[in-house]
Amino acid sequence: METFGELIDCLDGTSSSLRKVELLKHYLVAVDPKDGCWALALLLGERRRRMLTGRRLREILQESVAFPEWLFNECHSHVGDSAETICLLWPQLKDQCLQRPELKDPQLRELLAAVANKPALHWWMETLLPSLARSSPTQQQEAMLSIWATVPEEHHWLLNKLITGGFRIGVARGLVVKAIAAAFSLRNTDVLERLMGEVEPSAEWFDQLTAPAKQTRRDRGAVPYPFFLASPVQLERMVCTPAEDWWVEWKWDGIRGQLIHRKEGVFLWSRGEELVNVSFPELVTMAKALPVNTVLDGEVICWERDQCRPLPFSNLQRRIGRKHVGAKIRQECPVQFIAYDLLEQEGKDLRAHPLVQRLTALNALNSVADIEESWRLQRSAGHRLESWDHLAQLRTIAGEGGAEGLMLKQLSSPYLAGRQRGHWWKYKLDPMRLDAVLIYAQAGSGRRANLFTDYTFALWDCRATDNNKPKLVTFAKAYSGLGDAEILTLDRWIRSHTRERFGPTRVVEPELVFELGFEGIQPSKRHKCGLAVRFPRILRWRHDRTAQSADCLESAEQLLNSPRGERR
Amino acid sequence: MELTDSGLYCRRADAWIDPHRPVRRALITHAHADHAKAGCEEYWATTNSAGILRQRLGQNINLQTLAYGEQHRIGAATLSFHSAGHVLGSAQIRVEVDGEVWVVTGDYKRSADPSCSAFEPVSCDVLITEATFALPIYRWLDGAAIAHDICNWWKSDTTRPSLLFCYAFGKAQRILAELAAIGLDDEVLLHGAVETVTRHYRSAKVAMLPSRPVSEVAKNESLAGRLVLAPPSAHRSSWMRRFQSPQTGFASGWMAVRGARRRRGYERGFVLSDHADWQGLIQTVKESKAKKVFVTHGQNDVLVRYLKEVEGIDATPLSELS
Ligand SMILES: [Zn+2]
Ligand SMILES: [Zn+2]
Repeated sequence: METFGELIDCLDGTSSSLRKVELLKHYLVAVDPKDGCWALALLLGERRRRMLTGRRLREILQESVAFPEWLFNECHSHVGDSAETICLLWPQLKDQCLQRPELKDPQLRELLAAVANKPALHWWMETLLPSLARSSPTQQQEAMLSIWATVPEEHHWLLNKLITGGFRIGVARGLVVKAIAAAFSLRNTDVLERLMGEVEPSAEWFDQLTAPAKQTRRDRGAVPYPFFLASPVQLERMVCTPAEDWWVEWKWDGIRGQLIHRKEGVFLWSRGEELVNVSFPELVTMAKALPVNTVLDGEVICWERDQCRPLPFSNLQRRIGRKHVGAKIRQECPVQFIAYDLLEQEGKDLRAHPLVQRLTALNALNSVADIEESWRLQRSAGHRLESWDHLAQLRTIAGEGGAEGLMLKQLSSPYLAGRQRGHWWKYKLDPMRLDAVLIYAQAGSGRRANLFTDYTFALWDCRATDNNKPKLVTFAKAYSGLGDAEILTLDRWIRSHTRERFGPTRVVEPELVFELGFEGIQPSKRHKCGLAVRFPRILRWRHDRTAQSADCLESAEQLLNSPRGERR
Repeated sequence: MELTDSGLYCRRADAWIDPHRPVRRALITHAHADHAKAGCEEYWATTNSAGILRQRLGQNINLQTLAYGEQHRIGAATLSFHSAGHVLGSAQIRVEVDGEVWVVTGDYKRSADPSCSAFEPVSCDVLITEATFALPIYRWLDGAAIAHDICNWWKSDTTRPSLLFCYAFGKAQRILAELAAIGLDDEVLLHGAVETVTRHYRSAKVAMLPSRPVSEVAKNESLAGRLVLAPPSAHRSSWMRRFQSPQTGFASGWMAVRGARRRRGYERGFVLSDHADWQGLIQTVKESKAKKVFVTHGQNDVLVRYLKEVEGIDATPLSELS
């Protein structure tokens, strides 16, 4: 763990991308694959499995010492992170912890004895931490105190982070990919492709990931291609190109997916590189009717067939994360796959072909396949752009069909990997907007620790009146949308306008108004105000408004009836 | 003593301590801007702080100086200054009226600092203490350990300059002194704001690394491998253009928390503070044997609650002093 800890410290101590790649490269070249696989999994954010919760870890330390709970909480809300709070408090408290009884469990005692010999990262991840997670609360407490006493204090932050599963460091995925490529003389695209499958922290996985590039890649098995992602539109860059070079289609708010049929079976991958077969069994059945060695890129979406429009995103959420999707959910959340692109046909990789050719092939595919529930496979409705004026018209009607905007793709574009500017653009609709009042604030975490950056907003409920006075009802939370300077100003305001504190949450004077933007709105039983919004964020701080002039719940409810609202 | 709009006021001496507005008579703990305001008719401060105080408030201020421990009677009160270990010339102010002793600590620290005299514990009846870092997560290592960290950071990259940001008065000179104390003798480059204060430390014969203002470095002279000290206000300013792809660090007690460093955008943080840490605050309160403690500056609510509930000491936020 020491070598990995030093790498993390070095990565953390520089803001230069070049240096980060250099540091990673040096580490990867020399590392034992048994540790390297864990290092990569952690850096890629793939293995954030929580062994103990941050709260539990705090309790362990707090219960071992005579130290008031409220003071612990003050520290925690100041630091914003359990793992770090503990590593800052340990030096202060360790003397109180030293007179502890010997560990009773012989197996655990043996494991802990090994900690003194600076064990490797994989031993921590595969042996000690999992057995710690399985131990009884008392054993956990005794074990943690012994571990903290043994591991050098400079590594406590990393250690605690690995235990609480919150390990995150400012190294972008792209840099890790570059470093792997540089360390093992691969192309970035090779690495991206190899990373598409399940990240399995094993030496075999590391060896496969870093093996010399093969000349031919035929049998990909279940492995998807890296997704090609669109960037937010830059119209000024585009209008100088002929409109007819562009393909325009609806942008749907579903789950971007890659549907693969190979001799090994059907695999539905989400953009988050997760295999989501269990969530969408109907699509798996449907895809079996496709010719073997077909790969489609598209959108998984819940669809209301009578209305010919998508169901709210929450229907997809009901399916995701379930071990089994029962008949009730299948019926209430009918799902289909809207194909955007054909990446592989009859085993042939089409990604380098121009989009226009891939679309023709995709069109032909529809008629070839004999699919039982053929409505479950749709081809994205798109067409050549007639003129740039036409684009504006299309955008105004996009919302009526339930789309969240438009996609613009150059007809000559290959299917690239990752976010590459210039070929594909997304053109979202303007968000819905409401003016809401700030009522609670909470400190952020990580970079935003000890700054109040998590805000809760309320709208006026003019019907439920207390003595004829309208009441503020919680409406949405938002974390983003303000500039750094505004965040600092707001942070100071919050500190001096706190009415009450509940743990890390501050109740503030209901005085400030912010314009919130969001992408969709729907009824919700889980929310106090009866409404749930998608992607809420702060559009601007309305210095010009008083709290009294903020919007009412009724204005929000009216949005339900708008084309993009979802009253059902 | 009482709290007025202009700050803490001692009626029997007709004097304000570190007033935040111009007043007739000001007793100054130290020359930091939040403690020493311009425009007062009469100033009282330590002999060691006179140079910097005049430079900051004007050469012509009406300034009376006392050595540490020297007693002086003003009105019905006996006044003396006692070393606070914060910066050059910093003091706690002791005021005795009719046998009752009040001590106002100003800013102070308990860790050793080769650039200024050590904190002197003073017993009193009423103590007014600062609480800038009053959370148990703040615990300082000794300056030598941090000096070694800074040295390793600086010397590990000779291909580019190392810009270390720190407060221009106190912290910068402490760094120069701590680095000299661990045996270095390299020349350090200084931002103009650091340079002007450093002169006063040199006249006070504080042992520090040799230094030169950045402005005196020839345009064609390479800055690779040089350590440069600059105030935080210079970070990301046009002044930084002079240095090609420097590595940046910040020396401050706030650097104990990762988020605080990230937010300020420094690559490295060095935890070096001129304020008392948690243990230092509690130690000072206990050693003072004060029957009543007032707390100001920073995390005062946390310290007040801790003193009351855990240590059983009568403590109140200074804002509640009537
Ligand atoms: Zn100060
Ligand atoms: Zn101060």
